[in-house]
Amino acid sequence: MNLHRVTSWIAFALAAVYFLLPLVATLEFSLRARRGVYSLDAYRNVLSDPQFHQTLGYSLILSLATVVLGVLIVAPTAFWVRLKLPRLRPVVEFITLLPLVIPPIVIVFGYIRLFNTSSVLPLTGSAGGTDFLLAAGYATLSLPYMYRAIDTGLRAIDIRSLTEAAQSLGAGWTLILARVILPNITVAILSGAFLTFAIVIGEYVLAALLNRPAFGPYMVWMGGNRAYEPAALAVVAFGLTWAAMAVVQTLAGRAKHLNTSR
Amino acid sequence: MTFITLQSLEKSFGATPVVRTFDLTLEKGEFVSLLGPSGCGKTTVLRMVAGFETPDQGDIVIAGESVLKKRPNQRRIGMVFQSYALFPNLTVAGNVAFGLRVAGMDRAGISRRVDDMLAMVGLSGLHGRFPWQLSGGQQQRVALARAIAPRPQVLLLDEPLSALDAKIRVSLRTEIRAIQRELGITTLFVTHDQEEALSMSDRIVVMNGGRAEQIGTPQQVYDRPATRFVAGFIGTLNLIEGQVSRQAGTASILSAAGDLPLPSDSAATGKVTVAIRPQAMSPCAPDQGNLRGTLRQIEFLGAFTRLHVTCAETTVQADCFARDLPPGLSLNQTIGLRVAAEDCVVMSG
Ligand SMILES: Nc1ncnc2c1ncn2[C@@H]1O[C@H](COP(=O)(O)OP(=O)(O)O)[C@@H](O)[C@H]1O
Ligand SMILES: [Mg+2]
Repeated sequence: MNLHRVTSWIAFALAAVYFLLPLVATLEFSLRARRGVYSLDAYRNVLSDPQFHQTLGYSLILSLATVVLGVLIVAPTAFWVRLKLPRLRPVVEFITLLPLVIPPIVIVFGYIRLFNTSSVLPLTGSAGGTDFLLAAGYATLSLPYMYRAIDTGLRAIDIRSLTEAAQSLGAGWTLILARVILPNITVAILSGAFLTFAIVIGEYVLAALLNRPAFGPYMVWMGGNRAYEPAALAVVAFGLTWAAMAVVQTLAGRAKHLNTSR
Repeated sequence: MTFITLQSLEKSFGATPVVRTFDLTLEKGEFVSLLGPSGCGKTTVLRMVAGFETPDQGDIVIAGESVLKKRPNQRRIGMVFQSYALFPNLTVAGNVAFGLRVAGMDRAGISRRVDDMLAMVGLSGLHGRFPWQLSGGQQQRVALARAIAPRPQVLLLDEPLSALDAKIRVSLRTEIRAIQRELGITTLFVTHDQEEALSMSDRIVVMNGGRAEQIGTPQQVYDRPATRFVAGFIGTLNLIEGQVSRQAGTASILSAAGDLPLPSDSAATGKVTVAIRPQAMSPCAPDQGNLRGTLRQIEFLGAFTRLHVTCAETTVQADCFARDLPPGLSLNQTIGLRVAAEDCVVMSG
């Protein structure tokens, strides 16, 4: 019994070290830009780099577009499957898991082949078109998380009765989705949104191969050209991602609280 | 004037027939209950009227027009669910206003109508509450207000009281009926509770296995059950088996417990089952009763007293007021039970 506890603690400590050591090392290294003393010089350099702001801004806007696109695709689908095609749920769930199995590089080459400048729909020919492709790719990558978050949200409300109540009051499908379903799964949508944000901020392959000025390629470029700044950048990106995760956790906790008080 | 006609409705889920050749007409302003055990198809009938299920066969006509081609949101039907189904993100006022907003009513009109509706269901002043801040009874009142606010042609209620406490259930059923009368709205009410159906309805449809076994006023289905199922489902009932005997102009039913009079309008012959309400049996001296048996139990139930009497193989129940009890009754004594011919409901088989 006691031995069991001791081994658990040792396992936990090892895992913590394995996880934290690189982080601490990165943090420590990022502070050593000035010879002999710890300083925030690397952070100052990163934060004052206009490229940092441009790429981060670009990625934030794109993650917003991705969330909108993802919700527009996933919410009606998950709603319809739950309401009318419950037998197809395992199939849809499997499809939403595919992006975890298929590497992003496959998706991006598919896009480039399908939408290149000599194709019927030359989306890669313009910046806007490529941005759209990138958002679509991100929406695909975040599908497993977005679908699960929204589906869980739908499970918490009685969508069938709510839908029928709204129908009997004269509402059509668009109105039902916009006024009845979406407002009641906002917490689920937000948690899906922040997971999406975390994915988009760090993503490299899609943005690099579509040649868009996103945050992921910027981090990689930094890593190849500077010494201390990439470490500082990694810490900043890590902080952003963790802040997103913290928001998800808080929202999930609040949702649980709301459901039990009902 | 006939307002709603359900014509030979049929519905199966897969290979299982759930509603079979179901016919019903409702007068304008009438309150009709569908009464039957769980799973007999009541909800399915209601959902076909609402448009949530499509009948395999038959037609549904409302105000002279077939509604089968209309989608649920075009049928102008108010619906109240057992689970309330209030929109959790909207306040009480927001819920009641939902149908009015969809219909495109102007703000002032909506606010006036919401006030009226909430006053009608006794919830004035609760505009700003959210559903989870209300009791079950209050939530169902909001649901009722929401359903009737857009002035639907028909009101459908699917076991609206089943999730509520006994006390609220009784008071709310009186209120629902009063509101329905005031608005004169044609109403179809689903319940598995016979007391609810008997106390609220203009007419009752007793359903069994997807069929309407009997359609009639509460009095009719209670006093004159058409089938054995109806007799057994509504109220307490004594069933006595016997044989019809017609001799020299007098007809009676011979049973192991004694002879029962045959109602003069009955043409029954052979083996029959006679259904008799407990309150139609009155205790008397052993040689004066139609039936004779041993008194097994005396149950005081407040308004009346229930006697359990074993006659031959079956135990029957007789209800009487305390003042009608023969004096000096004691357990295990032999007593008689008198039954009038018109209280014997004869069913073949
Ligand atoms: N959508 C459905 N799919 C399959 N079977 C159903 C469906 N809805 C109802 N049923 C079945 O039809 C029968 C009647 O159901 P219902 O009309 O809800 O009965 P009630 O309301 O009288 O309890 C039940 O056996 C039920 O299981
Ligand atoms: Mg039902």
